[in-house]
Amino acid sequence: MAIQYTYHPDHLKNSEPIHTSVSSLKRGEMVFNIGPQHPSTHGVLRLEVVTDGEIVKEVIPHIGYLHRCFEKHAESMPFNQTIPYVDRMDYMSAMNSEHAYAMGVERMLGITDQIPKRVEYIRVLVAELNRIASHFVAMGTYGLDIGAFTPFLWLMRDREHILRLLEWTCGARMLYNYVWIGGLYYDLPLQFEERCAEFSAYLKPKLEHLETLLITNKIFIERTAKVGVLPLDLAVNYGVTGPMLRASGLKYDLRRVDGYSVYPELDFDIPIGTGAMGAVGDCWDRTYVRMQECHESLKIIDQCLTKLTHEFKRDKEFNPRALVPKKIRPKAGDYYVRAENPKGELGFFFRTDGRSDIPVRCKARGCSFVNLSVLPEISKGVMISDLIAIVGSLDLVLGEVDR
Amino acid sequence: MTTDLIFDLLKNSFGQKVLKINPNDQPQSIEIMAQENHELFTFLRDDDQLYFDMLSSITGIDNGPEANTMEMIYNLYSIPYDLHLMVKTKLDRETPIVPTVSDIWKTANWHEREIFDLLGIRFEGHPDLRRILLPSDWEGHPLRKDDVLQERYHGIKVDY
Repeated sequence: MAIQYTYHPDHLKNSEPIHTSVSSLKRGEMVFNIGPQHPSTHGVLRLEVVTDGEIVKEVIPHIGYLHRCFEKHAESMPFNQTIPYVDRMDYMSAMNSEHAYAMGVERMLGITDQIPKRVEYIRVLVAELNRIASHFVAMGTYGLDIGAFTPFLWLMRDREHILRLLEWTCGARMLYNYVWIGGLYYDLPLQFEERCAEFSAYLKPKLEHLETLLITNKIFIERTAKVGVLPLDLAVNYGVTGPMLRASGLKYDLRRVDGYSVYPELDFDIPIGTGAMGAVGDCWDRTYVRMQECHESLKIIDQCLTKLTHEFKRDKEFNPRALVPKKIRPKAGDYYVRAENPKGELGFFFRTDGRSDIPVRCKARGCSFVNLSVLPEISKGVMISDLIAIVGSLDLVLGEVDR
Repeated sequence: MTTDLIFDLLKNSFGQKVLKINPNDQPQSIEIMAQENHELFTFLRDDDQLYFDMLSSITGIDNGPEANTMEMIYNLYSIPYDLHLMVKTKLDRETPIVPTVSDIWKTANWHEREIFDLLGIRFEGHPDLRRILLPSDWEGHPLRKDDVLQERYHGIKVDY
C-alpha cells in the first residue's frame, strides 16, 4: 500500500523542534542545522548549532531519524531470531555485535564452557576481520571529512577484501547472521584459512603506507591535533568507551578486562593515546589508536589462523551447529552482558521469565549512543570546521545511536 | 569485594532504603527503595572501597497493568576495582517518578531521556527531559505494555 502524505509546514516544526529559543540569542548569534542529510554527519544525525560568527557556542544533537524499534522487536520474538536485528544496529561491525549477543544468551543458558574451541576461534577471527573493516571506514571517512580523498579510496579497496572474505563465510557482505547461539551458521569455507593468511600478509605493508599517507601527514596533524580534547575523568563520567576512552589515556579494553571468549589465550597489546602530537585525548590520538588497533587485530587474526590450521583444524565430523539449542529456555532472572565492539562497550540487558524463549525485556546499550552524548561537552568554543573534525573522530554509526 | 559485602556496607549507611540482594542475577543485584536514593548513588560512586565510576546502562521495565509496577535497573562498573553491580528499584506505575542520577554520572542524561521517551518514567531534577528517539509530538510511550498506537501520525497511517 502506498503511503499517502500531504506536506504541511507545521509537521516538521512539531516533530523535531529546535531546542534553542530564538529570543534568548545574543547579538550576532545564529542557530543553524547541520544534517540530518549531510555526508559529514555519517548518517542521519542532525546537529543544531548555535554560532557566533565562526565560533560554535553550543551543539545540540537531535537523533532518532533511524529508530527501528530494536527493543520492541527483541521482546516479541525468540532469542535466536533477534540476531539479524542485532546486525542492523551497528551495520559496520555486525560480526562483533552478533558475537556479543550470542555470548549473552549462551551465558544465560550456562553453555559458555561447552562451546567448541574451533567455534570460538572462528568467531574471534571473523570479529577481528570485521573490526579492521569498521576501523577502515572510520579512518577513511574521517579523512574524507577533513579533506583527504585518497586514503578513503585506499581503505575502501582494502575493506572490500575483508567484506569478500566475510561474504564467503556466510553469503552476506555486511549483515551476516553468521554467529548463532551455541555455534555458527557454517564452518569456514574450504581454503578460507589460506586466503585469509594471504590477505593478512597483503595488509601489513598497506597499513604502513596508510600511516605515512594519512596519520602522519602534516595537514592531517594540523587539522586534528589539540582539537576536541576529551579529558579522562570526563570520558569516564560520560560512559565513553572503546578507542575514544583509550585515546584519553586509559588502558581499558573489555577483551582483556573481562577476558571473554578465547581472548585470554591470545597475545595482543592495547594501544592508548599518549598525546604525541598535542594533547592526550585529541582527535589525532583517537585516529591513531584505531590505526594501532588494526595492527593488533592482524596479530590476533594470525594467531587464530595458526590455531585453526593446527590445534583445532578442519574435521569432517565437526558440526558447528551441534550445540545450537532447539529450545532456548534460560532460567528466570536479569542478565547484563557486555563485549568490546570496534566503537566501544556493547551491552545487552535481558530479563527472562523462565517460561518462554522470548525475553520480557531486552535492552541494547549502544556504544555510539553513549559516545555521541559527550559531543556537546567537547565542542564548546571550537570553530565550525573543527566541529566536523570532532564529529568524525567519534566514529558514529547512526544505526546504533538510534537502534 | 563480593556483592554481599557491598550489601552490608550499604545497609550500614542507609538502613531501610536497601531492601534485598538477589544472587540469581548476573551480575548479582541489590534492590533499593525508589525514592530519595540520590545519596546512595553518590555513595556508590565516591566510596573508597567501591568507586563505581562507570554507569554502563540504565534500563526501564514496565511490568504491565496487572503487577502495576515499573522498574529501573542500573548497571554499574568500578574500573579500578573491577566490580560489577546491578541496582534495582521498583516504582509505582501510576506516578512513575525517580530522582535523576544525571548529576552523578553525566552519561545518565541521555539514558534517562530514552527511558522517559519509551516508557514515560519521569526523572526529578533532570536538566533536559525531552523525547530523544521519537518525534516530539508522538503520542504515548511504546514500550509500555498497554500502549496503544495512535491511528495516524501527520496523516500517515501508523499501523499497517
